[in-house]
Amino acid sequence: MSEQAATGIDANSMTIIVTKGSLDWAYPPFILATTAAAMGLEVAMFFTFYGLGLLMKDLDLKVSTLGNPAMKMPLMGMHMGMPNIVSAIPGIDSATTRMMKNLIRKKGIAPVRELRDLAIEADVRLIACQMTMDMFEYEPEDMIAGLEFGGAATYIEAAKTSHINLFV
Amino acid sequence: MAEHLLDAKGLKCPLPILKTKKALKPLASGAVLEVLSTDPGSVADFGAFCRTTGHELLERDESAGVYRYLIRKA
Repeated sequence: MSEQAATGIDANSMTIIVTKGSLDWAYPPFILATTAAAMGLEVAMFFTFYGLGLLMKDLDLKVSTLGNPAMKMPLMGMHMGMPNIVSAIPGIDSATTRMMKNLIRKKGIAPVRELRDLAIEADVRLIACQMTMDMFEYEPEDMIAGLEFGGAATYIEAAKTSHINLFV
Repeated sequence: MAEHLLDAKGLKCPLPILKTKKALKPLASGAVLEVLSTDPGSVADFGAFCRTTGHELLERDESAGVYRYLIRKA
């Protein structure tokens, strides 16, 4: 009996729960999902809480210096960390976000929007958490097309038969 | 010499792999695609990609920071 028949798990499948919506946290789930799809896996992504921000039509992703002790951005040949007090400067998050977007563009890294388009093109299932939509008062019209809407049970069903299940 | 060329120079993970997948899609089985990349991470990635998908990595070399991969579609 094949392993799949015995366990019901599809060896070529992956699910990702996406809970974060900042610019830096947008990358791991979309890179993993698109690469897995390119390598022949069936992928489903479940976006909940701040992850919903990654599904908006008007993507406005930011990154913050606050509470990010591991953030040391390359600046003038050095790596510059930001003490929390710096986050009190008005506009610092916008500046940091702009710096990160410049790094992304300069280094030939795909913008999140492009990765999201590639995920859709690769038939990655994008599931939006209905509960979070209700809680934060988002409408389907605020989101891109092609989404499924579901709850925890929808995710669990997909995860049960999936070989790789990740939480970001 | 490969019949098809994909210039992925200047692009970083995951774009070289994603664009390769896209470029392979319309090709017939047995067709050969040449991919150029400047991403050092692509060395391991193309090995993994070919092992997982069954496409054959015919050749791999590097010169002046440009990595060249010859891939035969399964």
